[in-house]
Amino acid sequence: MIRRARGSGEALKDFPLFGVMSAAVFGFLYLPLLFVVGYSFNENRVVTVWKGFTFDWYVDVLQNDDIQRALMNSLRVATVATALSVLFALGLAIGMLRLARAGSTLAWGLIGAPLIIPEIVFAIGTLSLFVQVRFSLGVDAITLAHTAFCIPFALLPIRARLRSVDLSVYEAAADLGANEWRIFRRITLPLLVPGIVAGALLAFIISLDDFIVSYFLAGPGGTTLPVYIFGMIRNAITPGVNALSTLLLLVSVLIVSISYVISRRKR
Amino acid sequence: MARARGKAGQGSVWAAVPGLVYLVALVLVPLIIIVIFSFLSRAKLGVGVKWEFSTQAYADLLFSESLAGGRSFDPTYLQIILNSFVFALVTAGVTLALSIPIALWIATRPAERRTALIFLVTIPFWTSLLIRTYAFVIILNDNGPINGTLGWLGLIGEPIPMLYTPFATVTGLVYTFLPFMILPIYASAERFDFRLAEAAYDLGAGKWTVLRRIVLPSIRPGVIAGMLLVFVPALGSFLAPELLGGGKTSMIANVIAAQFGASRNWPLGAALSVLLLIITMLVLVGFAVTAKRVSRTGGSNTWEAML
Repeated sequence: MIRRARGSGEALKDFPLFGVMSAAVFGFLYLPLLFVVGYSFNENRVVTVWKGFTFDWYVDVLQNDDIQRALMNSLRVATVATALSVLFALGLAIGMLRLARAGSTLAWGLIGAPLIIPEIVFAIGTLSLFVQVRFSLGVDAITLAHTAFCIPFALLPIRARLRSVDLSVYEAAADLGANEWRIFRRITLPLLVPGIVAGALLAFIISLDDFIVSYFLAGPGGTTLPVYIFGMIRNAITPGVNALSTLLLLVSVLIVSISYVISRRKR
Repeated sequence: MARARGKAGQGSVWAAVPGLVYLVALVLVPLIIIVIFSFLSRAKLGVGVKWEFSTQAYADLLFSESLAGGRSFDPTYLQIILNSFVFALVTAGVTLALSIPIALWIATRPAERRTALIFLVTIPFWTSLLIRTYAFVIILNDNGPINGTLGWLGLIGEPIPMLYTPFATVTGLVYTFLPFMILPIYASAERFDFRLAEAAYDLGAGKWTVLRRIVLPSIRPGVIAGMLLVFVPALGSFLAPELLGGGKTSMIANVIAAQFGASRNWPLGAALSVLLLIITMLVLVGFAVTAKRVSRTGGSNTWEAML
C-alpha cells in the first residue's frame, strides 16, 4: 500500500536508471553529428586540433568547382530519381489495393527487395547490368539505380494515406456520374497529396545521401557529393570535409522534418 | 452493378505494372546477372567477364593456386565471412543492450511526447551514412575528442589507438543501426499493458522482477524483429569496416568491392555476392520461423513507425 501511494501514476512505470540511460543513448545518437558540425568551424587544417573559429572552410568548399559539379550531379540525380520513383509508387499504391493475395505477396517481395538486399550486392548487380548492356556509367546510370531503391520509401507514405481514405467518397463521386479518370484526378490525387509530398521528400534524401551505389556507377563524370566527400576522406581530411558534411546534414534534417510535419497533419 | 460501384475510384491492378516491371529490370535482373557472372571466367583485362562457363570463382573461395599449379586449402575468405558474422552479432548484441532501456523509457512517456522522442531517434537514420561513419573517424582519432579529453585529464600519457581497429568498426556499426533496434522494441513496448506490471507490484514483486519476468517476455517480438533489422544489414556493411577498420578488419562487402575494383576479378566478387545473398536469405528464413513462434509483431511495424 505504501509503495502504491508513493508510486501512483507514472512512477510505477519507471525503472531505475532508465531515464539516465536513455539520455546517454540520445547523447550517443547526436554527439557524433555535433562533432562533425563543430569542427567545421576549426581554423586549423588538422580537423581535431582546435585553433580558432572561422567560416573559411564554408567559403572554400562553396567556391570549389569540383564540389559545385558534384552538387549539381547530386541534385540532378535526386530530382529525377524522386520524380520517377513517386510516379511508380503512385501506380503501385493504387494497383496493389486490388491485387490478389498471392500476387500481392510476390509484389511486396519485389518492392521490399532493395531494402533487404545488401547494398553492395545491389551496387555491383546494377554495375554488372549496365556494363552488360553497354549503358555508360555516370549520372544517368546512378539515376536509374536510385529510382529502384527510392520506390519503397516513396510508396509507404502514399500507401498509408491511401488506406486512410474513406471509400464512400469514391462511391459518392461515381453516383454523381464521374468516370474513373475523373475520380482519380479530382478526388484520389488531391487526397493523396500529403502522402505524395512526404514520400517524395524521403526519396529525395535517400538518393541525395546515397554513397555505395553512386560510387560504383559514377564512372569518370558522375561524381556525386557523397562520392566526392569519400574521396576527400580518403585523400586528406581537413575541416572542409566537415563543412561540406554539415551542409548535407542540414539538408537531410530539414527535409525529414518537413516530411514528418506533413505526414503527421490530419492523421 | 453493386460490385462495380464498390470498386469505383479504386483504380485498376494495371497501375502497378510499370513499377513492378521497373523493379524486375533493376533489382531482379541484376541479381540474376550476378548469379550468372559467378559461373563465368575472369576477363583478360579484369573489367567484366569472359563468357565461358567456369566454377573457378567458387573454387577460389576455398582454395588458392600456387604458381606451380598446385591447389591448397586457403581459409582467407572463410575467415572474412566468419569475421563478418562476429561483427554483425556483436553489433546486434550491443544495440540490443542499449535499446531496451531507451525503448521502454520512451514507451512509458505521455503519448504526445512519445511521437516526438521517436522522431528524435529516427533523425540520424535519415542523414548520410557516409557522414555518420566519418564522424567516428574524427571521434576515435589519436588526437580526437576522446583521446584529447583523457589526455587533458591526465589519465593517459599516450593516445589510445582506437581508429582502424575492430572496436572502431563495431562502434560505427552500432551507431549506424541503433534506430533499427530501438524502433521495433518500442513498438512492442508501446502495446504492453502496464496494468500487468501494476498487478505484479501489488502482488509484491520488485522492479527488477517485473522487468525480467513480465516486461521483457512481452517485448520479445520487438527484440526478434530488431535483431533481424540490425544483423542482416550489418552483415553486408561496407562503409564502417572500410573507413574505421582501416583494411585490417575487412568484411564480406569490402572483399566484394575489391574484386569489382582494384583486384579485377568479377566472377569471384559475384560468387561472394551470391554467398552473401544466400546467407542473408537463410538468416531471414531463420528469423521468420522464430518470429512465427513468438508471433504478433514483425519488422514491418518498424517501417510504418519510421515513415
